[in-house]
Amino acid sequence: MLKIQNLQAGIEGRTILKGINLEIKAGEVHAIMGPNGSGKSTLASVIAGKTDYEVTEGRIEFMGKDLLDMLPEKRAGEGLFLGFQYPVEIPGLSTTNFIKTAVNELRKYRGEEPLDAVAFLRLMKEKMALMDIQQPLLSRSLNEGFSGGEKKRNEIFQMAMLQPKLAILDETDSGLDIDAIRIVANGVNKLRSKDNAVLLITHYQRLLDFIIPDFVHVLYNGRIVKSGTKELALELELKGYDFIKNDLNIAETV
Amino acid sequence: MKPEIYQSPKNDMNDELSTIEKTVLSDYKYGFVTDIEADEAPPGLNEDIIRFISAKKNEPEWMLEWRLKAFRHWSRLAAEEPKWANIEYPPISYQDIIYYSAPKQKVKPNSLEEIDPELRRTFEKLGISLDEQKRLSGVAVDAVIDSVSIGTSFKEQLGEMGIIFCSMTDAIQEHPDLVRKYLSSVVPITDNYFAALNSAVFTDGSFCYIPKGVRCPMELSTYFRINAENTGQFERTLIIAEQGSYVSYLEGCTAPMRDEHQLHAAVVELIALDDAEIKYSTVQNWYPGDKQGKGGIYNFVTKRGICKGNNSKISWTQVETGSAITWKYPSVILKGDNSTGEFYSVAVTNNYQQADTGTKMQHLGKNTKSRIVSKGISAGFSNNSYRGLVHVAKNAVNARNYSQCDSLLLGDKCGAHTFPYIEVKNNTSVVEHEATTSKIGEDQIFYCNQRGIDSETAVALIINGFAREVMNQLPMEFAVEAQKLLAVSLEGSVG
Repeated sequence: MLKIQNLQAGIEGRTILKGINLEIKAGEVHAIMGPNGSGKSTLASVIAGKTDYEVTEGRIEFMGKDLLDMLPEKRAGEGLFLGFQYPVEIPGLSTTNFIKTAVNELRKYRGEEPLDAVAFLRLMKEKMALMDIQQPLLSRSLNEGFSGGEKKRNEIFQMAMLQPKLAILDETDSGLDIDAIRIVANGVNKLRSKDNAVLLITHYQRLLDFIIPDFVHVLYNGRIVKSGTKELALELELKGYDFIKNDLNIAETV
Repeated sequence: MKPEIYQSPKNDMNDELSTIEKTVLSDYKYGFVTDIEADEAPPGLNEDIIRFISAKKNEPEWMLEWRLKAFRHWSRLAAEEPKWANIEYPPISYQDIIYYSAPKQKVKPNSLEEIDPELRRTFEKLGISLDEQKRLSGVAVDAVIDSVSIGTSFKEQLGEMGIIFCSMTDAIQEHPDLVRKYLSSVVPITDNYFAALNSAVFTDGSFCYIPKGVRCPMELSTYFRINAENTGQFERTLIIAEQGSYVSYLEGCTAPMRDEHQLHAAVVELIALDDAEIKYSTVQNWYPGDKQGKGGIYNFVTKRGICKGNNSKISWTQVETGSAITWKYPSVILKGDNSTGEFYSVAVTNNYQQADTGTKMQHLGKNTKSRIVSKGISAGFSNNSYRGLVHVAKNAVNARNYSQCDSLLLGDKCGAHTFPYIEVKNNTSVVEHEATTSKIGEDQIFYCNQRGIDSETAVALIINGFAREVMNQLPMEFAVEAQKLLAVSLEGSVG
């Protein structure tokens, strides 16, 4: 589904990603962990197409297409979703109206008829029940005055509504208490299927107690330095990121 | 009181437009010209021209005298065009303007069916059907092209309820007593430079009278169209709501694309008696000029209403997207006790447009209330100013005002300015003022992009969100149209 080869990218002349290789197949859940500043969020932004970043090397293939050639909205059209670490606020634009626009823009991209009000409402009611989200939140202006937990739940709700092939969740757990993490994780688990994939980006292991990943990768200094299964996450939690650094230093000096 | 000024930082080193600015480059879709013969006065302004206009309209003597009085007053002011607004333009040559231009119709139409098909098509192209059967039910239209009204729909149905809705020309002929009683009672001919000019040369406009206790069952609307070259449009609108009556009125306007500037100087007067309510909405889309600032309408308008009776209410809603320059302050004189004045405004400026717009709320009666919500959106190299006065007189016990002025900037080469004036002479009054300035962020646009929404649609969503409070005030039939208009005016400002 997603194939990243030797991806190098940076911002304002500073290289942040120094050769990323990663392959994600349908049905898989991958987690990328790493200390602050290792390039986790940059990777998410580059995949989604944020123009602030410049790709200098490598390629990203998504569903067999060259992703780097596409505008961000086309990438979304192909089925890519990014759950933002800091969702933006748009005053005066109701969350429902925003999601309806997004749903219909994606349908348009795929050559489908827009949903009418009744069909949209039916879809929304269904996903609201699934995500345990209430109407008042969706009537409010997009993310305006939302608590941290509400913002993240709204991201997951949008994911449910847009039904992407690949969802990248950028630090969806940061700033959430354990109950909120559980709710968000529940949402993600309900949406898992053999046809879609999830890439979790997280600083802490605790989210992975609730969403069990198939693969865990450690990103450090712009490179994936270690890959493994969920046990790697537990090892990291136990020993901290220093053990990775030490491993690397040894490897480099040998 | 010192004005607050928000000016976005100019960056002369960087001539490249930011991503956001690139989206503001779209074409004006109403810029066509109708090829129709016109009956015109020679250019220039003098007493003979005024006599010519008055004679063309077969006006009574008192009307001519009134015009001449206004002209003499304007002549005394002629060298003193107002300069206080935050706008810049080269001097207007008043002697080069044609003050009367009427489309030549083969026969004077007795009914809407007899209107010249070419004129009918013009309005149909603008989305205004004069055909009553095809009209949106619930809207009566008066169509004004250049200097004259060419037809008013639903006249008879409204007439049965005692509602008068007709052109100003007809009103002077058919209802001279009402016109004489109320014309210039709210905006005196000596009020200001452009009001004096309008009084001297106005050629048509709409007249509307709602009798006591009648709730007007449909929206009344006037559609103004400038067509002829080198003409000015000077219309006059007068609305009178008798005791306990209600009316909702809407005006729309467009003009062809021309390289020369054209002058539009209108006067609107509203009178609300005891317990009456007038809701006046404007969607102003005069040609704004091209991307380099060439051409476009100078829109210098005086709009004022008086809440003459107790418990009366006047509400102005305006969506201003057109014109090269807008100079306009729809105001309310709150004379009756417990009367209410409202002003809801969205003003959009793009490219080299300039807008200096706002309101005056004059609290004279007891327990009077006013509310001002102004949303300014600036893009390109434009300048957008809010100018407002809240005046509370000595006897206006318990007056209340709430003002909110928000500005939204797209890009870093435009300006947003706020000039709020507050004069309070009664210490039982409460006056509140809030102001914010924000920018559309690249982050907001990227967020929308990531959900599959392209940048232009994203800007439209953000702008309409920003303006929602005002848009909600518009009659349903026009809200959708106005939303599209906002998006279209800013097309090309984001890339």
